Amino acid sequence: MADLSDIQSVEHDVVVIGAGGAGLRAAIECGLQGLNTGLVCKSLLGKAHTVMAEGGCAAALGNVAPQDNWKVHFRDTMRGGKFLNDWRMAELHAKQAPDRVRELEEWGAVFDRTPSGLISQRNFGGHRYPRLAHVGDRTGLEMIRTLQDKLVYLQHVAVHMECTALELLLDDGAIAGVLAYWRETGRLFLLKTKAVILATGGGGRAWRFTSNSWEYTGDGFALAYEAGAELINMEFTQFHPTGMVWPPSVRGILVTEGVRGDGGVLKNSAGDRFMFSYIPEKFAAETADTVEEADRWLADSSKNRRPPELLTRDVVARAITREVVEGRGSPHGGVFLDIASRRDPEFIKRKLPSMYHQFKELAGVDITKEPMEVGPTLHYFMGGIRVDADTQMSRVPGLFAAGECSGGMHGANRLGGNSLSDLLVFGQLAGVGARQYISGLGKQPRIDMAQVERAVQRATAPLNRAEGINPYVVTEHLQHVMDRYVNIVRQRDELETALVELEKLKQEVAQVKAPGASQYNPGWHEAIALGSLLITAESVTRAALIREESRGGHSRVDFPGESDEWVKVSVVARKGVDGQMEVRTEPRPQPPADLAQIAHATLEELEGSGATAAREKGASA
Amino acid sequence: MTTRTFRVWRGDKSGGEFRDYEVPIDEGMVVLDVVHRIQATQAPDLAVRWNCKAGKCGSCSCEINGKPRLSCMTRMDTLPAEGPITVQPIKTFPVIRDLVTDVAWNYRQKRRIPGFRPRPRNPDGTYRMQQEDVDRIQEFRKCIECYLCQDVCHVLRDQGKLDKFVGPRFMIYLANQEMHPLDNADRIPAVRRDFGSGYCNITKCCTEVCPEGIHITDNAIIPLKERVVDRFYDPIAAIVRLVRDKPTKEPAPALDPD
Ligand SMILES: Cc1cc2nc3c(=O)[nH]c(=O)nc-3n(C[C@H](O)[C@H](O)[C@H](O)COP(=O)(O)OP(=O)(O)OC[C@H]3O[C@@H](n4cnc5c(N)ncnc54)[C@H](O)[C@@H]3O)c2cc1C
Ligand code: SF4
Ligand code: SF4
Ligand code: FES
Repeated sequence: MADLSDIQSVEHDVVVIGAGGAGLRAAIECGLQGLNTGLVCKSLLGKAHTVMAEGGCAAALGNVAPQDNWKVHFRDTMRGGKFLNDWRMAELHAKQAPDRVRELEEWGAVFDRTPSGLISQRNFGGHRYPRLAHVGDRTGLEMIRTLQDKLVYLQHVAVHMECTALELLLDDGAIAGVLAYWRETGRLFLLKTKAVILATGGGGRAWRFTSNSWEYTGDGFALAYEAGAELINMEFTQFHPTGMVWPPSVRGILVTEGVRGDGGVLKNSAGDRFMFSYIPEKFAAETADTVEEADRWLADSSKNRRPPELLTRDVVARAITREVVEGRGSPHGGVFLDIASRRDPEFIKRKLPSMYHQFKELAGVDITKEPMEVGPTLHYFMGGIRVDADTQMSRVPGLFAAGECSGGMHGANRLGGNSLSDLLVFGQLAGVGARQYISGLGKQPRIDMAQVERAVQRATAPLNRAEGINPYVVTEHLQHVMDRYVNIVRQRDELETALVELEKLKQEVAQVKAPGASQYNPGWHEAIALGSLLITAESVTRAALIREESRGGHSRVDFPGESDEWVKVSVVARKGVDGQMEVRTEPRPQPPADLAQIAHATLEELEGSGATAAREKGASA
Repeated sequence: MTTRTFRVWRGDKSGGEFRDYEVPIDEGMVVLDVVHRIQATQAPDLAVRWNCKAGKCGSCSCEINGKPRLSCMTRMDTLPAEGPITVQPIKTFPVIRDLVTDVAWNYRQKRRIPGFRPRPRNPDGTYRMQQEDVDRIQEFRKCIECYLCQDVCHVLRDQGKLDKFVGPRFMIYLANQEMHPLDNADRIPAVRRDFGSGYCNITKCCTEVCPEGIHITDNAIIPLKERVVDRFYDPIAAIVRLVRDKPTKEPAPALDPD
């Protein structure tokens, strides 16, 4: 790569990388604030991962259960996250989610309705009340389309699609630009900017069985890490309990939790509802312990306790794994998820149309007649780029992050539905944060052309090598290592083996060769993504090795159970001065007294005023 | 395990050809899996778009044995058991490379259509809509923008009238705005004038290929055409309308000069 003056370039105030829910919401905020905004995404606009979200978006609107309020949502989120959540983020999220959802309605989103014409809300694991605003089981599509249709009319926003960010450029440690490349032409693209908002989503592609799309190679983690930001809580990877297990080519594709929220139950090969044997002590008081009570809950969720199928995802995923390991699994290595015997076909088709469709088309199973076969699938990253709770800025000046690629909000385990709301809340806040940063910026940052040149060389090396390894094969190796050694249940020697294997993989990655030209070449893209996948995999493995306890999405067979000492620390990864990954623990600040009190309060205390209001409402209606 | 011949179009805007690949097929595979297997083992630079692999994102549209389909939702066992399987890019839009086409025209059409204009909230700060009032547009909102309907619509595909007609996908988008209970703008004159509703002659080919099962013609295009006729061609209907319900909607904002 010789002539850098040949690179196409553009200037923006702010560049948002990623056009899922978080990136779109951030870009809208920037656009509304009059910033000259560039939005960069790897796929076409409107195709990001968010489009796949099914179940809904959590917000304490109180439309179905008037007792609900932000405090109960906050408490559920902290308990679901095993108290490792960033307290301030969880607070902001619970408080602001309702406004963000109502705003979507104003922008044209059409959620399912309650009988009185308001946004309807459904039950989900770990949420005390029906709380998820939804549209059948295609809530993500509704959200992304609404945001996309809002964004395209904004004056100041330019969308650069099928454009992949390769490296963040710095001026004296602060953001100055982004180097990217266009898929269509294979040409490089330089974006000069004062601030960058990362909204690149997670890194599930480091595992073979995942609900995630090809885009989920952890690029945001890698971009931020290389620029000097920290990654927090990376050991907490969420395995969703219900992915498809059959046929092999669809293994991992998600089966929404909405199936259980709407009455579906889990059974083993003996036909037992095994979840009754896995109720953790902490949730015992709020979980039904007989089939009879669990069944009554379906008819009346206010008087009965929740079925154990709706315990948090980490609990259910581990239970399924155990059933399978102990020989009580389904024919293809999962368990049964049955809604056919619980709800009539019309209900199922109306509430879960895309699940009906998905099983019918891909597995030849009619879910209104037969049970589904399901098992755990890598789904979500609780960990991610460490940011300030109020501004979303990382420790790199001008570098912001929002959505799945940022960390802290969900602690050790995310509740279903809390991601879509997280995207909206923190996407918006990141936009505000970026504007504040830019208005306080003295000088225009400068691009260091030497850095650009190095980045260009790194990116084009796989094309220019005469010989080398097939990148697809290396990706498979990596996935194999993570599947085998860094899965749902972990232990020291396996994690150590993983690190040895990852070191070997670094050598392989340095030798990958992408045959063909640079124009729309998926092999080249795969080769580039490998760098991000490796950083993602290494940070998860190292963090998992350090945390010697089992909590939420991180389980250690050699350290079972939660430890009171480990809840006091975060695990933080960053690039050391020697270029090696440095991972260490860091004490967490004391929680603010008012928030701690809410998180540990009884439900009665939190519902007090709302419950009274609900009764009054009921009386006057 | 059986082996099948895949005849895949390889090339770019300057031209191309079909190339044959022999691929082992496992149980339950969809066409996209096979394309990925070719990519991983025989042609690493084979260009294809995909994201969700579950029929939700509308990225993987192509023509399989001549029929516009989502490749991630086309199971191998639904295709003829004998002979080669052809896979080629959708025809209405220009090829970029291999199975990938340039669909930018569609994004430009959306920007031409005036955006959603909500009425003010109720005094209590809410919007109230009954489920039965939104059922109709919820159907349109299922659209995953796969553009398969745009691919088969003969007005676009064969007559190439991309400068006259926005195509079925955007007729749905217009119907969604027009029938949205909260929307305040009047788009009917524009439906005819700017978006070419008159070009559609209701052949229903679009409805047949829609992977979301949206009744594009019956539920979106025909009702829009009826509203146009009502307003512009039927003097009696127009007068009755004037007397009965004064137009309460505001005219749509001016078009984006894109
Ligand atoms: C099947 C499924 C169902 C789910 N259901 C729910 C649900 O019901 N409720 C819920 O709350 N959550 C759900 N989730 C989780 C939730 O959908 C995701 O966490 C969320 O959508 C992530 O959004 P995001 O904006 O952070 O990223 P995404 O929507 O994934 O967007 C990432 C964006 O970053 C871009 N990008 C990445 N790398 C680069 C790069 N190097 N250069 C340029 N662009 C880049 C991509 O192109 C994309 O535009 C579900 C997830 C899955 C997989
Ligand atoms: S019905 Fe109309 S829009 Fe649909 S394919 Fe035929 S001409 Fe095109
Ligand atoms: S209307 Fe149907 S066929 Fe057309 S773009 Fe939408 S989903 Fe695809
Ligand atoms: S890959 Fe998303 S629809 Fe086929």
